[in-house]
Formats: sequence, C-alpha cells, structure tokens
Amino acid sequence: MNIPDIQSPSVASSFDVQRIRASFPNLHREVHGNPLVYLDNAATAQKPQLVIDRLNRYYSRENSNVHRGVHTLSQEATDAYEGARERIRAFINASSNHEVIYTRGTTEAINLVASTFGRKHLSAGDEILISTMEHHSNIVPWQMLCEEKGATLRVIPISKAGEIEYDAFLSMLSERTKIVAICHISNTLGTINPLDRMIADAHRYGATVVVDGAQAVPHMRVDVQALDVDFYCFSSHKMFGPTGIGILYGKESLLEAMPPYQGGGDMIDTVSFEKTTYNTLPHKFEAGTPHIAGGIGLGAAVEYMESIGLETIAEYERDLLAYGTEQLRSIEGVRIIGTASQKASVLSFLIGDIHPYDTGTILDRLGIAVRTGHHCTQPLMDHWGLPGTARASLAFYNTREDIDALVAGIRKVKTFFE
Amino acid sequence: MVNGQEAAIIEEFALFDDWMGRYEHLIELGKDLPLIDPDMQDDTHRIRGCQSQVWLHAFEENGKVFFKANSDAAITKGLIALLVRVLSGQAPQAIIDAPLGFLDQIEMKEHLSPTRKNGLDAMIKQMKLYAVAFKQITH
Repeated sequence: MNIPDIQSPSVASSFDVQRIRASFPNLHREVHGNPLVYLDNAATAQKPQLVIDRLNRYYSRENSNVHRGVHTLSQEATDAYEGARERIRAFINASSNHEVIYTRGTTEAINLVASTFGRKHLSAGDEILISTMEHHSNIVPWQMLCEEKGATLRVIPISKAGEIEYDAFLSMLSERTKIVAICHISNTLGTINPLDRMIADAHRYGATVVVDGAQAVPHMRVDVQALDVDFYCFSSHKMFGPTGIGILYGKESLLEAMPPYQGGGDMIDTVSFEKTTYNTLPHKFEAGTPHIAGGIGLGAAVEYMESIGLETIAEYERDLLAYGTEQLRSIEGVRIIGTASQKASVLSFLIGDIHPYDTGTILDRLGIAVRTGHHCTQPLMDHWGLPGTARASLAFYNTREDIDALVAGIRKVKTFFE
Repeated sequence: MVNGQEAAIIEEFALFDDWMGRYEHLIELGKDLPLIDPDMQDDTHRIRGCQSQVWLHAFEENGKVFFKANSDAAITKGLIALLVRVLSGQAPQAIIDAPLGFLDQIEMKEHLSPTRKNGLDAMIKQMKLYAVAFKQITH
C-alpha cells in the first residue's frame, strides 16, 4: 500500500511571503544596480503601504491637536490616537490603557523609568543589575542614575554562546537589588533571555524588572501580564511603524506612584503659579503635543502584524533563522557570534580576519544591507575582544533567497580579502 | 590638483570598468601605505572613527610634511594610502588647500561622508591640521 507523503500544514503553505513583500514598497528598490536585500531589520524595519497610507491620511484628512478642542477634527484625531493606544494595549495584553505610555522610543522609555521611578526609589548602597549583552540605551541611563545616587551597577555575565549565566544572576540577587534591567532579545546576538524565570526570581527579592523589548516585539507574541513584567519598553520603527514613537508599558500601581517625567501641556490637571496638579495616567507622562501621526501609524503597524499573526511570524522566522544559520555555517571561515539555544532574527558573524567594515562595504555594493560595527553594545564587543561584527537581522518579509544572496555575498567578500 | 599623483590615481582607476576592479585595486594600494610605527598605534595617534580604527603620524623634513598611517580595515587602509600618496611630501600650504577632488572621480566619494564612520573624513581634517601646525613652526 502506498502511504501518501502527508506533511503537517506548515507555515510555508499558509504564509505567502511574496504577497507580504508586495506590501513593502521600499523592498523593491535597487542599490548599486542590484535588487535590495534588506537584512538590517534589527536597526529598523521597512514600512508596509498600509502604515504609509495611514500617515498620509492623518496629515491629509485628520490633522488636528489631540485632547484639547471641542471641534470635530480634534475629536477625530483624538479618537484615532487613543484608538491606537487601545490597539497597542491589546497587542501586549496590558490590563488597562493607563499602562500604555507613548514615548519617543525604547531609549526614552528607559530614561523615563530611570529618571522617575529610579530617582524616587534608589538610594546609596542599592544595586541595579544589567547584563553584558545590553544595548547602550539600557546601560547609560542606569549608569547615570547610579552615579547620582551612589548606587552600584552590576553586570550579569554571559556564556560563550551568549546566554545569561543563570547561577551568577541568582547569586547577584539580594535585598540590595532594586532594579533588574535586561533585554528580552539581544540586538547583537539574538539571544532570547529567559524572562519568565528572571522576573520571578528578581521579584522574590523585591526588585523591579525593566525590560528592553525593542528586538522582541517585532518577532514574537509578548504578553506583559503573563510575564508579570514591571516595565516593558519598545520602539515603533522596529515593528514596521513610524520612527519617533515608542511605548513604555508599566504596571498601573507603579506608574501611579511615580513623579512626572517632563512638565508642560497635556500632563497637567490644574496650573497656578503656586501649585500644579498632574493629569491622570497615561497623560501624566506625556507632556506637550505628542507625535500624533506616529501613534496612529504605530496602531496601523500593530493591526498589520496582527493580521498576519504573531505566532505565524515567529514560526516563519524560526525556520528562516535555522536555514540562515545552517547556510552561514557551511561557509569555511565564517564564525557566528551568538549561538544561544533560544534565538530570534539575528545572525552576527565574522569572516576569518576580515574587518566587518570591509565586509559591510562589499555587501553594500552587492545590494545587501547589513549592519556592521559594535551595534551599540561596545561593552559586549570588548568582553569578547571583537572589533565588531557584521549582522544580518531578519524580518518576516525576508526569504530563503535573501539568505542565499547573503551567502553568495560572503563568498564574494572572501575572494576580495583572502 | 596638488600634484601629478592625483592625475595618476585617476588614470589608474579609469582602467577598471566595474566597482569590483576599483575596489581590488584600492585594497592592493593599501599594501603600499607607509606604515606608522606599531608603537605609535595608540590613542594619541588614533583618529576617532566608529568602526574601523585609523592611526596617523606626521613629521616635517625640509619644509615638507610626510605622513604614515595604518588601519585595521583593508578598504579604509586603501583610502588612506591614496590620501598619503597625494599629500605626503607636500608643502603645508598645498596640503591645506588640497580639494582632493580625485576621490569623487574614482567613485570613492561615498567613503568621505562623516556618517560613513570609517574615520576618513576625520583623517583628512587631521592631515590638514598637521599641515597648519607645521606651517606655523616653519614660519
């Protein structure tokens, strides 16, 4: 009897990547006469037409200031802007809109927490834990805070593969630990950190956990309630939305108890020269006219990602990353930096002794966009004694053909420099 | 144009009809760069660039300025070799006034952008600053 070759319904069959690619106009341009192969998604992602159109519609048809006017345009702009906030709330499963604060991006979100929560709760002798793999934006704000308060910044070590040394992390936790600031996914290594465990362990010592989620949100379902995370920060532009806008999620009880960040319009309740009282959440942290179009555009990006499905995205990218890893490993002399067992999106690599700048320059001539350098993780590069790496980072619109082009490009780079 | 070197470089690069040939030639030229003493590859001589490191040393002899340099990236090293070839052995004023238009003509101008972060833009500034300094001394 013939047994039919039955395959389980895979993502590959339900996910039409060519249809997806058709929605991203910038993917179809040429660079130096070659079709663009865009592999710099960890730096910023391309924008689908739906997001571009939404920005266009806002400026053409709805432009008006929010939260102020009684007139129709202002009402419409406010509805759109606050509607986007609701969509983002649902996207990360926050329990209330009050917990979703618009910021300029991940960097500002982390700075906001350091400047308000950090200043209020940190004293001399306290400790903040970060990891070796943090982006500068999750190092410097804490360094500044520690200098101001006489607190200590301690760095959780990582293994050769680029994973948190978990026993070391546990041994560093104590009653002195006030804040644990950690990335969900490393922008340089692609490591997915074990947030569930880390947050639970940090909470046992009463520490507050701040997560840099910039690299996670574009690639996987993030549920802030399931994680029980205290603060979670991310950027719109890495998740197919406009630049200049991002989100700080914070637990309502924590946000309520925090002083405001910046003073100005929109964040106030009443103002007199003697005393100002502050607006309620989330507006308490949103001084001045916000990036209205950005918020609305981010809402559209979230809608777009949800229409594909975060689980579908994660599964497709997992397959693509596995293919990319296997292909890069097959090239003699290529070393992948960051080999954690749980990874997403990122392929950081070195080719023999070839400088990443040289690699990136030749790949660019071939139309292949990768990032080269230290990826704003200088301490991590110093830790391993590397001048930097070349980094290919994937999104759901990338294909196996993109990986093949990268592999051909790397072979070309080798002929130049070896 | 500072001297015949610029014209020679333009002529050399014109022999290649694609970017690959030009880049291969550039990388070859990097191998002829008068190298800075390895002991001088320190922070004092380092040009601050984001990605590739560049070290530069200058000295004066009989009213002319000479340069030695190095970089850890081959393309950057080739570009520096071009600059050194054109500017080394010139009088300070000639270095100060050099427009370095040849980089445009050999289609390497993209590397001159300050945002390119290879230290080359900073390198030219530093070479001209040396020339200014030596001009003060010799006067």
